[in-house]
Amino acid sequence: MQQFQPGTAQRRLWRFHGGVHLPDEKVLSNTTPVTPAPLPRLLTIPLQQHIGVPAKPIVRVGDRVLTGQKIGEPQGYVSAPVHASSSGTVVAIEKRPVPHPSGLSGPCIVVETDGLDEWAELPEPLANYAELDAATLRERVRWAGIVGMGGAAFPTAVKLNPSADQVIRTLVINGVECEPYITCDDLLMRTQAERVVAGIRIIRHLLGVEECLIGIEDNKPEALAAMRRALAASDMQGSTAVVAIPTLYPSGGEKQLIKVLTGREVPTHGIPAQIGILCQNVGTTAAVADAVLAGKPLISRYVTLTGRGFARPKNLEVRIGTSAADLIAHVGGLGRDIRKLVLGGPMMGFTLHSREVPITKAANCLLALTPGESPDPGPALPCIRCGNCAAACPASLLPQQLYWYARAKELNKLQDYNLFDCIECGCCAHVCPSHIPLVQYYRFAKTESWAREQDKRKAEHARARHEAREARLERQERERQAKLRQKKESLDQAPAAKAKTGDAPTDGGEDPRKAAIEAAKQRAAAKKAAMAEQGVAPRNTQDLTPAQQKQVEAAEARRRAAAEPPAENQREES
Amino acid sequence: MASLIISSPHSARPNRVDRVMLQVILALIPGTAAMIWLFGWGVAINMVLATVFAVAAEAAILKLRGRPALPAIRDLSAVVTALLMAIALPPTLPWWLTLLGVVFAIVIAKQLFGGLGYNPFNPAMAGYVFLLVSYPVAMTTWLAPSMLAVHSVSFADSLHMILTGSPPPGLSWDAVSAATPLDEMRTQLSQGQMIEEIRQSPLWGDFGGRGWEWVGNWFLIGGLFLLWRRVITWHIPVSMILGLTVSAGLFWMLDPQAYPFPGFHLFSGGAILGAFFIATDPVSACTTKKGQLIFGASIGVLVFVIRTWGGYPDAVAFAVLLMNMAAPTIDYYTQPRVFGHGRGAG
Repeated sequence: MQQFQPGTAQRRLWRFHGGVHLPDEKVLSNTTPVTPAPLPRLLTIPLQQHIGVPAKPIVRVGDRVLTGQKIGEPQGYVSAPVHASSSGTVVAIEKRPVPHPSGLSGPCIVVETDGLDEWAELPEPLANYAELDAATLRERVRWAGIVGMGGAAFPTAVKLNPSADQVIRTLVINGVECEPYITCDDLLMRTQAERVVAGIRIIRHLLGVEECLIGIEDNKPEALAAMRRALAASDMQGSTAVVAIPTLYPSGGEKQLIKVLTGREVPTHGIPAQIGILCQNVGTTAAVADAVLAGKPLISRYVTLTGRGFARPKNLEVRIGTSAADLIAHVGGLGRDIRKLVLGGPMMGFTLHSREVPITKAANCLLALTPGESPDPGPALPCIRCGNCAAACPASLLPQQLYWYARAKELNKLQDYNLFDCIECGCCAHVCPSHIPLVQYYRFAKTESWAREQDKRKAEHARARHEAREARLERQERERQAKLRQKKESLDQAPAAKAKTGDAPTDGGEDPRKAAIEAAKQRAAAKKAAMAEQGVAPRNTQDLTPAQQKQVEAAEARRRAAAEPPAENQREES
Repeated sequence: MASLIISSPHSARPNRVDRVMLQVILALIPGTAAMIWLFGWGVAINMVLATVFAVAAEAAILKLRGRPALPAIRDLSAVVTALLMAIALPPTLPWWLTLLGVVFAIVIAKQLFGGLGYNPFNPAMAGYVFLLVSYPVAMTTWLAPSMLAVHSVSFADSLHMILTGSPPPGLSWDAVSAATPLDEMRTQLSQGQMIEEIRQSPLWGDFGGRGWEWVGNWFLIGGLFLLWRRVITWHIPVSMILGLTVSAGLFWMLDPQAYPFPGFHLFSGGAILGAFFIATDPVSACTTKKGQLIFGASIGVLVFVIRTWGGYPDAVAFAVLLMNMAAPTIDYYTQPRVFGHGRGAG
């Protein structure tokens, strides 16, 4: 059998359908070393820099905070904390513009830095992580506020906690960086390969995986070499491989990369863990190493400032919360002829509405495009059904059919044509000779579908409530009728009986219904007495915590309120 | 900030409709040159007239529809339709028939369905078939190829015939026209002749009609250019050629005296032009790869069937239009397997 050779092994690679070759433009920004960006005067730290529930602020305006101090606490499981990226004073906790395609504002903690960059007390480094259990390490990753730094920003601690039935066999490390222009992962791998490898080692231990594949596009020979060197110096050569994959957009998409490296497809609507694979970005991996080995939270990241709109494109190490404007000023400003400022890459990034937005954990690139780089596509022409889009689609969808149905708002048809398998990579729109903004149509259609789903759920709920009410009213009416009938019957019978027996008592001494009720009452009393004897309280809740007790009381209060007939009647009639 | 809000991607688009159309026009040059060499300037005059008529018709109908005319004219699709149709027309066709055909193609077959991208039928072929059905005699009167012609037809002669609809002074139709090879083969076969006997005539070259047999090669060069430029993919041309070759070959093997050699079918009439330039019209063809294979092969088989047993000598236009009708259904049933669905997932 052939010896498995680390790094140099020729592995079989697979390919996904479609994809496009793009001018990579990496050389604009990857020839100068990474330098730290200066500390800005103000750090604007959004409470939501991740998928999930926003963090809750745990500092107040006026508080002094230290570098690395937790200032936002995660709420719920799928959430992440945020930390002060430098020391200073909290000057505001309010809504500020955040990086969002729609230019929305979001709650942020604004820290005025004092320039001292004084570190808070950090937790102990876990150098002996190999002896620690997964839960301890996950807790550290969660504390550090680490989220997917490739762009998705999903909380890493959650991702590292696959459900019990999902056994992870392969760890895939994403160093592909397939979007043109962006080079922050490239530079990270070139200069910090040891950190990345250290992070991989931690994650491997945490998940207990056998195999690890590090995918890097072959247009990054320096990064490939650096990673191979770092891997050779580690103790993981036997089961880890640095794999050069052909440069083809969007190889860096999680599902695409898994296909290229393993030949397996993540099922639709599924996650890689379902097929025993877990994927992490190289930046995330380095952050995990910092958190575990140095006890440092995620407070900075590499950001590429590039595009021909920048006089001197380069990579900076940026504190989370630094505004785009500060970074632009630091590298000497923008040229005069800027067509748009994009956060992210040219294929999937979004236009920034304001330069005041802060850099977040997932922000990898600030792209200033000139009209030459991003010319006006002009008005969209009619679709000529050329099929270039279908040939380019990495999900093997039929983009033009989706386009027709999105235009016609035929949401059911869109589901038939698997709209939700679209990853919005932009290949279809890029190759479209009619310059139709296809991705925009799909985003619109997805939003419409979600809105309709929600409406449907609401309608379903309303229908259920309405039916329940109808049934209740009907039942009440039936009961009323039955009572009336009974009363009538007993009234009818009474005179007749009187007539027969003369002075027989008419009260219910011998009435069978009353007798039954009496018997039931006695049984209940007996049971109660028996239970009291055994010292059992007649309730189904015992040993309550104060919080639970509170909930019970609240529920009872609600029940009492609801039981008051006038209130209910009013609600029903309204 | 003067930053434009446009959804991703922000990249420069490498492709444009008018560039696609322009490449189709360029790809027609070799075949057109061969046609002019064989049949005189009538081919070129028809192309110019058809283009003028097509652009005028497009502008007029768009004005009537209340749509901006300029972007539609700039996309060059009307020019492509006009040129493809002009190549298919007899080089002596009176101008008013060309006008009629072009107007039918642009106004009825294209714009009344919604314009570029919405037409279910190939406009050039719809216009051609409209003329063929309505004016069968004029549409089947072809000039003899130059090497067989008794009288050479000058530019002035061609112009005269096209403008007046009558042969030039001192000449009769019989003197300048000749049956096309497909027509000849059909007539002779129907009279019970054996192919060996038919091919004794000086009309015949190495495998097809003299002169005619080489036109296909020149269109093939243009077709290969389109493949190289990725304006078209191989699926439709290859499957159509295979469909025609296999069906013709099968019958030829059964009875070589009653059914011509497949090479004859390929290099006669509009087979090569159809395979690379007509059946590949993206608007009216199938768009899924599997669908394109079915679409192309079916056209190939239909061409053979109609040529052999149908009422008209050539069949490319009919075969294409028939399959245009089937294209949406074929597309529906040949959708590719989506990533993460079915057998590939897991």
